[in-house]
Amino acid sequence: MKIDRQKMSEQDPLQRSTNFGEVNLGLQEKVALLEAERCLQCRDPKCVSGCPVMVNIPQFLELLSEGNLAAAAQSLLNDNALPSVTGRVCPQETQCEIECIRGNKGLPVAVGYLERFVGDWARGNREQVPMQVAAPTGRKVAVAGAGPGGLTAAGELARRGHDVTIFEALHKPGGVLVYGIPEFRLPKAIVEDEVARLQQAGVKIVCNTVIGRTYTIQELREQFDAVFIANGAGLPVFMNVPGENFKGVYSANEYLTRVNLMSAYQFPQADTPVLVGRRVATVGGGNVAMDAARTAKRIGAEASIIVYRRTRKEMPARAEEIHHAEQEGIDFEFLVAPVEVIGDEKRWVTGLKCVRMQLGAPDASGRARPEIIPGSEFVIPCDVVVVSIGTRANPLLTATCPEMKLNKWGNIVVDENGMTNLPGVFAGGDIVRGAATVILAMGDGKRAAAAMDEYLKTAPPLGSQTV
Amino acid sequence: MHEIIAKQGLSPNVTRLDVKAPRLAKIRQAGQFVIVHRAEGAERIPLTIADADPEKGTIALVIQAVGKSTRDLVAMEPGEFITGIAGPLGKPTELIEKGRALCVGGGVGTAVVHPIAQGLHRQGVSVHSIIGGRSKEWVIFEQELRQLGEVTVCTDDGSHGRKGFVTEAAKELLSAGGIDIVYAVGPVPMMRAVVNLTRPMGVHTIVSLNPVMVDGTGMCGGCRVTVDNQTFFACVDGPEFDGHLVDFEGLMDRLGTYREFEQRATHACESGQCKVGLH
Ligand SMILES: Cc1cc2nc3c(=O)[nH]c(=O)nc-3n(C[C@H](O)[C@H](O)[C@H](O)COP(=O)(O)OP(=O)(O)OC[C@H]3O[C@@H](n4cnc5c(N)ncnc54)[C@H](O)[C@@H]3O)c2cc1C
Ligand SMILES: Cc1cc2nc3c(=O)[nH]c(=O)nc-3n(C[C@H](O)[C@H](O)[C@H](O)COP(=O)(O)OP(=O)(O)OC[C@H]3O[C@@H](n4cnc5c(N)ncnc54)[C@H](O)[C@@H]3O)c2cc1C
Ligand code: FES
Repeated sequence: MKIDRQKMSEQDPLQRSTNFGEVNLGLQEKVALLEAERCLQCRDPKCVSGCPVMVNIPQFLELLSEGNLAAAAQSLLNDNALPSVTGRVCPQETQCEIECIRGNKGLPVAVGYLERFVGDWARGNREQVPMQVAAPTGRKVAVAGAGPGGLTAAGELARRGHDVTIFEALHKPGGVLVYGIPEFRLPKAIVEDEVARLQQAGVKIVCNTVIGRTYTIQELREQFDAVFIANGAGLPVFMNVPGENFKGVYSANEYLTRVNLMSAYQFPQADTPVLVGRRVATVGGGNVAMDAARTAKRIGAEASIIVYRRTRKEMPARAEEIHHAEQEGIDFEFLVAPVEVIGDEKRWVTGLKCVRMQLGAPDASGRARPEIIPGSEFVIPCDVVVVSIGTRANPLLTATCPEMKLNKWGNIVVDENGMTNLPGVFAGGDIVRGAATVILAMGDGKRAAAAMDEYLKTAPPLGSQTV
Repeated sequence: MHEIIAKQGLSPNVTRLDVKAPRLAKIRQAGQFVIVHRAEGAERIPLTIADADPEKGTIALVIQAVGKSTRDLVAMEPGEFITGIAGPLGKPTELIEKGRALCVGGGVGTAVVHPIAQGLHRQGVSVHSIIGGRSKEWVIFEQELRQLGEVTVCTDDGSHGRKGFVTEAAKELLSAGGIDIVYAVGPVPMMRAVVNLTRPMGVHTIVSLNPVMVDGTGMCGGCRVTVDNQTFFACVDGPEFDGHLVDFEGLMDRLGTYREFEQRATHACESGQCKVGLH
């Protein structure tokens, strides 16, 4: 029997562009089992090598297709601590699914949908997939940052019996998963669930604690046997064009933080405001830009425009996000680059002055380099501009630890085990890689946790270190 | 969770809350602030650590009730808890090691000047403070500052100290010479007036900027200010900057970003109907 790739049901685009409910509605169990059956169970599964953390995809799919959900969940959770998250936000089309043999003739197995399905099932059936925690080792580990990297490391370390404390700068754990990625793509309840699961396993989470300010890395080293740093790449990059400080210009981080973490869309029930804007121009072409532009529409913008200096093909965002943005009526200005923010006499934004670009020879990243077309200036009328052209390593933590080795962009340098040049201090996620992905941060957390566990077997007891 | 230990009204719209925060009480330095998140759903607002008692493990927040978030805070009573306080944030004040310093405080800025004067005093620097308010009842932190050096009080109506603005008193003192550095904290027009005074005299002047903040860790860029024609994030690069290089116009302007919202929030909480939707 030939089975076609199953479809994800979605909220209607027109309806959803006015609410924050999840866009993808998930698969029915019947449908998921059918889709799992499409897996050919390759001997040499290419999908596994396509996955940055090498999830044993054929195994969990086989168990799923047999209807053995608990075993499928256990298998998946062994490889990936947050499948409900990655099933929603991983760029599967460039990782596991692009490698799927089925994709050679037809459509690949919907690994992402199935990962999400099994992850969600596990969340609803925790008692069937309990976290096995080893006997206490008596070792204390500190984790700086409660994003996907820090949460994954914490879980892996707790499982091995270590006493783990996560320090988080903001008032809520989750990192980009709670302040950046919007509810309509990743419901906050999922992150809350995962955090609760860690807490049940004994992980302590201390919020409102800024490492580098409340405690230095040096102090953590004195009080903990090992430290994992996963403070992300949270420093927004601005365009450096005239008018960028006019009222109405936001970094994507600020815009999304106001709306997601601070619930500004519920103002005045929530206390934090955000400028809604009738026409919102978002500069950039990544996931962050898509999230900002789609958020703008949801909070009431009449027009939400993505301004990107290359073409649709070069956009780094997940294919699904671009597709969903198009469905929701986001406008795209391709091959366009901003040169100035225009404001009125009171310095409120009234437009974004841009130039048109054409693609030239490939640059260092292999993508065609955009070049300005002379005399092509024009203005996009708008009252809010969201700058979403990337983030860099935030120097707040590293600046207070001058002994730690950084590269020229301020990212922490680690060895193949994820250890920094300071013994017992490990790092991973965006602070090491620069802005990357959730799954890579998780992979780093997992790898570092294993290396930390090894390190702790022989590390000197607390207080005896010569640092 | 941080328990409110004591509460004291300092002036008709300024309240002091002493709050349990042992770690912060121990390590805070002059010029640093905290981000206060009163409760779930509340705004995150920056407030200076005006004083600290490491023994009792408390910090003092001196709050001018100007809008929804500050009003909600000063409505809290001893025994109640503030959900989250993150800090100490910002760079500590650049304190001179010897010489004579002039500290100018206007309104609630006087509370921000206090830890700076404390720090200077501890270094053995001679401190002269000039503080002001509309009238006697609006003057705050006078006693505390007197313990650190000489104090000149100015009120608009002359009901306490001398009549007139702090800038006039500052001008006289500066003209007499012998001041090595000026620290000025208060409303933007006051700080601007002070730097306009000290610029021709070439006296180094440090001001504390108060842009709107969200995270306080350099993550959002909402607190950006222009100093010496460059953009800085006040929460990590400041909040104190060389007053002679600050773009005060830009600061004032950006502070007005949410004025309309603030009025609505205040209105909604005054009329007890916090249900007015935005869309
Ligand atoms: C809007 C947006 C959308 C995205 N969409 C996707 C997507 O669809 N798919 C995908 O794979 N990736 C996506 N990404 C990228 C992905 O979210 C990141 O690569 C990933 O979150 C990095 O994880 P991390 O644990 O290294 O850091 P983060 O998630 O950034 O977490 C770091 C945590 O550390 C905290 N912290 C920072 N400094 C300190 C300090 N000094 N002390 C204590 N705590 C501190 C922060 O508050 C934060 O909670 C997106 C990013 C954004 C911003
Ligand atoms: C580093 C720093 C330290 C600060 N220290 C103190 C302090 O010790 N005591 C204190 O009372 N305040 C301090 N502030 C200012 C305080 O954070 C704001 O007054 C507060 O956020 C206003 O919130 P609200 O909701 O009550 O008022 P809103 O409703 O937001 O605003 C009411 C009025 O105050 C103005 N306003 C808004 N935000 C600010 C701001 N950041 N600064 C000045 N005016 C503002 C608005 O334009 C409006 O006119 C500090 C600010 C910073 C950045
Ligand atoms: S408050 Fe967000 S960067 Fe300063």
